[in-house]
Amino acid sequence: MRPVIPYVTAALLFGLGVYGVLRRRNAVLVLMSVELMLNAVNLILITADTTVRAALPQTGQVFALFVIVIAAAEVGVGLAIVLQLYRLRATVAVDEVPLEKVDA
Amino acid sequence: MTAADVLLLGLGAVAVGSGLLVVTTKHLVRAGLYLVVCLGAVAGLYLVLTAELVAWVQVLIYVGAVVVLLLFAVMLTRAPIGASDDLDRPGWPALLVGGGAGLGLAALLIDAFRWTKVDLPEAGTAERLGTEIFRSWVLPFEVLSVLLLAALVGAIIVSRPDIGTAGKGADR
Repeated sequence: MRPVIPYVTAALLFGLGVYGVLRRRNAVLVLMSVELMLNAVNLILITADTTVRAALPQTGQVFALFVIVIAAAEVGVGLAIVLQLYRLRATVAVDEVPLEKVDA
Repeated sequence: MTAADVLLLGLGAVAVGSGLLVVTTKHLVRAGLYLVVCLGAVAGLYLVLTAELVAWVQVLIYVGAVVVLLLFAVMLTRAPIGASDDLDRPGWPALLVGGGAGLGLAALLIDAFRWTKVDLPEAGTAERLGTEIFRSWVLPFEVLSVLLLAALVGAIIVSRPDIGTAGKGADR
């Protein structure tokens, strides 16, 4: 097994995720790109776990599980924020979010 | 090239190709469906890399729950059916940063690993992973359960304006 293949796959997936986060206007698509980046990190962790003989075996896989849990929490909160934004502004375009202070 | 290499190459090509479609397609719903393909291919990569439990957790949580949540968000924000032209911002900075990050990392990793070969270790079954979690990583596990609870409560409070702003007397 040549570990360079999944490593390069993960690097390209991460690059695609960065591109998507910077390129997309729709907040849901931005969240999808964030998922791509998290998956790339998980792939790196799993590949490193099979490649490197660590003192604690399977540590990379345990960390990948932790990252999956964090990603699930992130998606839940992110979607709540996106839906709230849609309810208040009737748009989900990230460059139309007002960054100045609103009178609340 | 062993069979594992061929599988890794094929699944990696599927993952990167569908990932590219996720960030370039004009259809909002199709982006979610391409994301399913991409995450499924990554789960296949995990299987080849002997991470059984993580692969099935990936299928359950990502392909099952996360994509369904994203498609719910697509529906609830009244996304247009069919192609829409206003999904993208001007692309050059994104192409520069994203391509730079992806290709730079790829070059770094190719330089680090070249064509070294490793033998696949024993499979990461649920039994072995559970032993490892509850022997060495109990504290992060418990902290993550608190984090999930906090995210749950936070999502409820954010999505319900009547309890989110009740204390401050805002009138919206």
